[in-house]
This record gives sequence, structure tokens and C-alpha cells, in this order.
Amino acid sequence: MTVPRRQVLVAAAGAVLLSPASATETQVAALIKELVGDATLREGRVKLDIPLLVENGNAVPITVSVDGPNRVRSLHVFAERNPLPNVANFYFGPRAGPAKVSTRMRLATSQTVVAVAKLADGSCWMDRIELIVTLAACVE
Amino acid sequence: MARVLINIPKEARKGEVIEIKVLISHPMESGQRRTDSGQVIPRKIINKFVCTWNGDEVLSVDLFPAIAANPFLSFFAVADVSGTISMTWVDDDGATQTELASITVT
Repeated sequence: MTVPRRQVLVAAAGAVLLSPASATETQVAALIKELVGDATLREGRVKLDIPLLVENGNAVPITVSVDGPNRVRSLHVFAERNPLPNVANFYFGPRAGPAKVSTRMRLATSQTVVAVAKLADGSCWMDRIELIVTLAACVE
Repeated sequence: MARVLINIPKEARKGEVIEIKVLISHPMESGQRRTDSGQVIPRKIINKFVCTWNGDEVLSVDLFPAIAANPFLSFFAVADVSGTISMTWVDDDGATQTELASITVT
């Protein structure tokens, strides 16, 4: 059986487009699932603060805070379309104050950033924010 | 030894929430970039940061290549007793650096 030339070309183009040059939503989802385990992940409590329009992906200011009376055990940040999905994990010790951290991150392209918080009572909360990056962090 | 800027209040009242800000001079080479000849520039980042207050942990952070060059961190601690705030971080090549700051709690 001969495969039409057009089909071959389309398949080749697809392979190039789909090659995993960046992390994917499924990769991030798997990481979050591993983190959350059996607990249910709910939206809320966590607040991600990043500019919606990022002018320079090399240094994007990001602030993550968690509300509520419960102590926060850990806080995890993921970027869905960076080459590597992890951004940072924060673990709060007995001396920690309110769970609010700021740092600066790299963003390879326009994408969704996800933050997941694990509280001391075992519950898990998340927030996600979709943003546009005009100048990407240099990967080349 | 990387140059570091640390911003911690010198004094605090007991029970007060204080902000700790750290800026470390470091290239945080992500391992994703290539030279003009196509060779991968090896990854060299700070991968762990720990802050303690008189030995009790305040915050520990896992850093990944997605953290920008010259990493900046800001976080909060509750002032309880006078003492030393210690910040330690570990480089990919195993080098560690520790910076200390003292605080008086009244």
C-alpha cells in the first residue's frame, strides 16, 4: 500500500509541532496529582499575583499568598509551557509568618501559571492565571 | 561568594510579623541555553534555600531553572525571641553559602 505524499508531509509537520520542546498541561497535571494524592484539590484560598501582560519573560515578579486560619505546609508553583514545568516549592517551618512569598521567575511563552498549596489539615487549594508574554525568556 | 543584599529589620516587637527580603547575585544558568556553536551551556543554579531563626526553620525553598537570574525572595516570619536569622543556599556544584543577620525582639 502506498501512502499519499500529502499524508506523509502532514504527519511530518505534526511530528515537528508536537515534539515536546516544552512542558505540557498533562505533565503539570501529573505533578499536581502526585502532590495532592488522595485529597481533593479545590480552587480558592491561594492567590497568584502576576502581571497579566508580561513585557519581559526573563524576570517576572510573582507573589503567591494563602488565606485562611490553617497553617500552610507547602506551596508549589508550576508553569505549563516552560521547558521544565517546576518553578519553585516553598516549605513553611514553625517560625514562618503569613504564607506569602514573592520571587521573580522566567516564562518561555504565553501560558498558564498554577499555584498549589498544601495546608496542615491536609486540604489542597489552587489558583491559576493565564498570561501573555511579549518578550520570552531566552531559551536559545 | 556571591554578592548578597539582605533586608531584615534590626528590631521587632514580640509577635510582630516581619518581612525578610533576600537578593542573591547569581546567573542561575538554566541549562536550556546553547552557545553560538550549538553546545548546551551547563546548568548552574541555586537549587535549595533555607532560612532559620535560632535554628528553627522559617522557610525552605526548592528552586528550579525557571527562577530568574539574581534570585529574589521575600517572605514573612513571626518575631518571638532575639537571635540570629541564618540563610543558607546550595549551588548545583555543591557550594553552600550562609549569611547571618541578628535581630532584637522586645
